[in-house]
Order: sequence, then structure tokens, then C-alpha cells
Amino acid sequence: MRNITSTIVVGFGTFATLLLAAFAQDSAFRIHMLIIAMSLGIATIILLRMVNFTPAIKDDPNEYMDGPIRVGSILTMMWGVIGFTQGVIIASQLAWPEFMWEPWFSFGRMRPLHTSAVVFAFGGTALITTSMYVVQRTCRARLFGGGLAWFVMWGYQLFILLAATGYLLGITQSREYAEPEWYTDIWLTIVWVAYLVLFMGTLIKRKEPHIYVANWFYLAFIVTIAMLHIVNNLAMPVSFLGSKSYSLFAGVQDALTQWWYGHNAVGFFLTAGFLGMMYYFLPKQAERPVYSYRLSIIHFWSLIFLYIWAGPHHLHYTALPDWAQTLGMAFSIMLWMPSWGGMINGLMTLSGAWDKMRTDPIIRMMVLAVAFYGMSTFEGPVMAIKAVNGLSHYTDWTIGHVHSGALGWVGMITFGALYYMVPRLWNRGGLYSIRMVNWHFWLATLGIVIYASVMWVSGITQGLMWREYDSQGFLVYSFAESVAAMKPYYILRMIGGLLYLTGGCVMAYNIWMTILGRKRNERPIPGSIPANAQPAE
Amino acid sequence: MSESDIDEISGVETTGHEWDGIKELNNPLPRWWLWTFYTCIVWAFGYMIAMPAIPLFKGATPGLLGYSSRGDVANKIAEAKAGQAVFVEKIAAMDVVDIVADEELSRFARAGGNAAFKVNCVQCHGSGAQGSLGFPNLNDDEWLWGGTVDEIYATISHGIRYEADLDSRFSEMSAFGADELLSREEISLVARYATFLGGFEGGEETTEGHEIFLDNCSACHGETGEGDIYIGAPALNNAIFQFAGSLEAITNQVNSPQHGVMPAWGTKLGDATVKQLAVYVHSLGGGQ
Repeated sequence: MRNITSTIVVGFGTFATLLLAAFAQDSAFRIHMLIIAMSLGIATIILLRMVNFTPAIKDDPNEYMDGPIRVGSILTMMWGVIGFTQGVIIASQLAWPEFMWEPWFSFGRMRPLHTSAVVFAFGGTALITTSMYVVQRTCRARLFGGGLAWFVMWGYQLFILLAATGYLLGITQSREYAEPEWYTDIWLTIVWVAYLVLFMGTLIKRKEPHIYVANWFYLAFIVTIAMLHIVNNLAMPVSFLGSKSYSLFAGVQDALTQWWYGHNAVGFFLTAGFLGMMYYFLPKQAERPVYSYRLSIIHFWSLIFLYIWAGPHHLHYTALPDWAQTLGMAFSIMLWMPSWGGMINGLMTLSGAWDKMRTDPIIRMMVLAVAFYGMSTFEGPVMAIKAVNGLSHYTDWTIGHVHSGALGWVGMITFGALYYMVPRLWNRGGLYSIRMVNWHFWLATLGIVIYASVMWVSGITQGLMWREYDSQGFLVYSFAESVAAMKPYYILRMIGGLLYLTGGCVMAYNIWMTILGRKRNERPIPGSIPANAQPAE
Repeated sequence: MSESDIDEISGVETTGHEWDGIKELNNPLPRWWLWTFYTCIVWAFGYMIAMPAIPLFKGATPGLLGYSSRGDVANKIAEAKAGQAVFVEKIAAMDVVDIVADEELSRFARAGGNAAFKVNCVQCHGSGAQGSLGFPNLNDDEWLWGGTVDEIYATISHGIRYEADLDSRFSEMSAFGADELLSREEISLVARYATFLGGFEGGEETTEGHEIFLDNCSACHGETGEGDIYIGAPALNNAIFQFAGSLEAITNQVNSPQHGVMPAWGTKLGDATVKQLAVYVHSLGGGQ
């Protein structure tokens, strides 16, 4: 018997959300609950059609559980393309403000939609998917908890749906990267605890004597995100049937809690988690041992210890007490080398396999990812220096910094992992097309380079315009003049994003054709052996 | 650890672990990495000793340099103010006409006025002071309430039709149509006459129109439509119109007039800044 429990649970969820909609205290909450009820209702119907009363075939405990990983790979690809598209849309809105459909698609609502779509939908699904893949193979153990992995995968997608539809309805806590309201936060907490149980359970039943370094990073990511999410979202709802809540923190404590969260979301979500991804997929694709075990230990623990204190550098020259600003800056400087430890271990793992850079675009993608990781983890400490921050803060430089990390590091390592996993998950001999990976690589790289350099120029221009005094001691520019000066850069930035999006679409097509089992008739990349095929495992 | 296993390509020993085919080399930490890490730590501790850093029960350690960001910004503001103090004091004490006459002071006032204008005035009068529909252009020599620096100063200080300021300039045109002072036909005639004075399309000079104009409009706008700056009555005998120059707009204006409102800036920005603004606006090209 299959799908009976899940059908009942999802059906009950549909009923419960309908009740919440019926007794809602405000119209936004009602509409939100109706959307969720409708989605769950559709899911119930789909599940009902899949209910099977024949005696279930017992899962083979010696076989890896790859179903949720296959779903997760497709979802990651889909969220990537959606998130990049939203990025292009909001970049266009900044260049041409008339390009908005008020109020649902105004910049104010579209911007968190974009950041959450790329960070949580694309990045989060990629992390959950790859962690399930990696933990099984490096522990030689099937995922713990039976159907728990399915709950984590689909439960997380429900969180994304709640968050995204909420933003468009104007439901927000106004906390950056933590916009979802209290009930969405509670749901994510439940899913996240299940994820922790799933991951820990699999680690505990491992058949390898040691825990592989990738799993340390994944575990650090899961544990720390749980802590950050719960503390930063402590809030009191106005009504348990309403969409509004008030934070437990106020004033500068509130700001510091938010940036302790925001900075470590970058540190543990976008850095530690993706380092876990890098530590598995890069040595696998390069077929080389990890460069240094000792370095991985030292940089792991120093990264974990130092990252958590660096958040105050987001609040330089604000009401935050000076001592906290000093500590934020000091810890950011100390963080430089621990971050670079991951880059060194990644790049040096390729020693003895550098020739693959010429012939394997997937390796090229991973190398570029690690290079951008190194660049943005150097730029970060530099920007945390108060004197530099005085120029860079509140300008597009910050946006450029985030995107060289997000597009360069997070995006590229995820693409590499997807290109590695998908042919293996569906038992295909190799990708549909290696040449399309090459196209994807160049489109994405060009997009990132345009994006980052344009944002440096516009950010520094803004910073300098804001602080420009004339010989008589008067400010030379008004704020509006600095906005007007940004227009050409905003258009160029949109073009950079468009290139990156195009690369994403090429990948989506390539991966989809691989899943369908097709093979593109193409000339092999010169020098690659065997032509157009993945190396055998 | 299992017996030593050497990686063929690099010749380095592995740790003996293996996960899904991944091994680990037993390379030492790169020296340059380690020393840079140590240097950063030493620097960070030095910085924490020099600056306020360690929270205690009451406040935090002040740091050897005794730095405080509030103190720093206060010093910088004081420094900036001191640099301008001589000029600002003189401007505050002097009459605007005398400021314009003083070359050094007027240069300073124009720069200060420009900076204040960009923040406070551009929203209505435009980034180049070119005005827009309902908001006068400040570059030309057409003035509603007078274009001498004294008059501009008074306008900025007290505003126009700004009820919160008792010295604000006030005038109101009668609503000839809405209050039934003139018939529809009379309004049509006089509007066409005013349109003719401005030289716009649809204007017509009729004896009746002229008659109505002289009886109802000339008291404020003058017999030839030259306007009157003492009551803020706009000139009608040129093409510069605050609320669009067209037969339709003029007809609407006679029927039920719109009036511009400007806030009083004297109390908000302070007298010295308002004087600088007056000098700046006066210098834009139309000052008299």
C-alpha cells in the first residue's frame, strides 16, 4: 500500500487551511490560506490518483533513496530559472520604473521574491537535494526515516509557496531574507527539524568509520540555520488567525539580531552548505583526492567559530555601540583565511588534473565557482573595514559583492553538481550535450563579469557622489542626482543578468533532454576522452 | 589508520580514509596561509586593544585610542561648521541686497543656495529650476510676486498662500463661473480674449470680451493684462502661464481658478539658508 498516509495528511492539511481561511481575521491571511488550500487540494487529488492498495514492495535497505533527489534536481533547475528571471525583471524595474504592475508586482514586493527565490528556493532546494545525495554515498547508508525525505522535500516546497505568495500579497515582516510571517516561519521550523533528524539519522547509521568533510559542512549549515531562523523570527502574532506579528526585539537590538541572522544566512547557508557541495562534487568530477585533510579540519572549525561573530559589520556607523562594530570588523578580518582554506583545498585538489580544465567544462565551472568564492570572501573582509565601509555601505557595491558570491560561487557550484548528478540519478550514459555545458559556462561567466564590474563602478560612483563637497563646504550632489547617474549601469546590469538567465535556460534544456535519455549528435570537445561521455564510476 | 597509501600523481601519502572513492591527501597546511591567518589574528587583537571592544557591565573598554564614532562625527561637523562660520555669520547679519553686492559673500551664498535648492526645491520647481505645470519656472524674468532679491527672499521665507505663516503672501482670484459672477457666454468671451492676449490658438479679440475684461479682470491683471506683482496677479499678455496656456485651461481658470501654494521655509531652514537660496534663485537669470 502506497501513498495512503501522505494522501490523508495532505487532505487534512487542505481542510485545515480552508478552516483557517474561513475564520481569518484579515483579508490577506484569508487569501493566503485559500491559495494554500487550493495547492494542497490539487496535491491531494494527484496523490489520490497514485494510491495503490497492492501489497507494497519493501524498500531495499541497501539501495540509496534517490526519488526525492530526482525531484529535488528538477525543482532546483526550475527555481533557478524562475529566480534569475525575477532578477532580470527587478533589474529592469530599477532602470525603467514604469515597468511595474502595482501593487502586487511593485519593486518592493518583487525584490524579496527574487532574493528568496534564488537563496531559499534555488539554493535551499539545491542544498537539501545534494546533501541527500552526498550523505548516502559517503556514509554508504540509505536515508534515515522511511518517507521522511519526501516530507522534507515537499514540506520545503510548501514553505517556498507560502513565502512567495505571501510577498505578492504584501505579507511581510520587513526583515531582510526573513520576510515570511510567523506561520510560515513555524512551518519552516517543523520542516527544518525533520531535515536535521533525516540528516543526523543517516549519519548515525553510516557504514563508514569516519564522517566525510562534506557532511560536517552540511551539518553545520543545518544546525546553525535552525538556530538563526528561530531566534531572528521570535515574534508575537496579533492574532493566531491573522497575517501580522510583532518582533520580540526592538531598536538596535532588533537590528543586531537581524544582521546576526542575515550575515550568518550568508555564512552558513551560502558558504558552509555550498562548501559541503564542493567537497563532494569537485573531487568526484576531477577524480582526485582532496588536497589536505588537515586544512579541511582547521578551516572548517575556524570558519564555524569566526563567522558567527562578524554580523555587526552590517551596522557600521549606526546606533550600534562602537564596541560591537569593532568586534564585527576584527572578526571579519580574521575570517579571511578560514574562508580561503576552502578555496585552496578546492583548487589544489585539481593538482594533477589541471588538463581537465581544457576538456571538461564541468570542471571549468567548478573552478570558476571556487575562484569566485575566493574573490568574494576576500572582498567581504575588505568591505567590513570601517573606512572602506564608509564608502561602500548602502551603495551598489554591496549588491555587486553579493552577486559575485551568488552568481559566481553558489550558482556555478550548483550547476556543476547538477551536471554531475543528473546522468547518474537517471542512469544515463552521460549528459545530452557537453558543448551546451560549455555554452552555459561562457554565458554565465560573461554575465557575472558584466554584473560585478558594473556594480563596482556604479557603487563607487554613488559612494563618491554622496560624499562630494565643494570648496565652500557644501554637498555637490543631491540624492536624486546620484539616482539619475545610475541609469546606464542599471541597464548594463540587466544585460549581465539576462546573459546569466540565458545560460540557465540552456542548462534547463540540456538537463531535461538528459532526463529524457537523449544524446545530442555533436563534435566532442577537442582532447576529451572518451568523447562526450562521463567518466565511469 | 590503515597502512600508508601513496597517491601516485602527487607522491603524497593519503590519510587512509575513503568515501565513495574520495581519498584525502595528508598535505600540511600551506605556510603562507597559516602565517597570513596568524597575522590577521594578531592584527585583530591589536585593533581590539586600540578601539572600544570588550563589553563590560557598564559600557565597554574604551580602547587605547579613545575613539568614539559619535565623538568623531561631532568633531567633523564642528570642523565643517567652523570652516563656514565667518560667511554664515555675515550672511545672517546682512541684508540680502548687500550680500548680492559683496562678491565673495555672494559666491558663497550661491553655492550654499544651490545645495539647499537641490534638496528642498527641486521637487516642485524641477532639477534645473525650470518649473512644471502649476509650479513657476525660476530661470526666466517673469515673476508672480516680484523678482528682486528682496522679494524673492520674502517669498521663500514666508511662502505663498501658506496659512501657517501670518506673513505669507495671499491673494485669491474670484471663481467667476462657480460663484456665478459671469454667465457661461461671458466667460467664453473673456477667456477667448485672455487667450488672444497670451497669443494662443483659439483666442479672439472681441469688443464684448474686452469690455468684460476691463470690468472684471483689469483691476488685478492690469488694463493691458500686464499683471501686478504686488498682489501676485500673473501677466496675461505673454505666453508664460503657470496653469497651461490654452483656451481650455484659461476657461477653466476663469470658471474656478487654481492657486499655487508654497510653504514658508524661513522657520524650517533658518534665515541664513533662506538668504542663500534667495541669492541663488536671483542669480539664475531672471533676477531684477
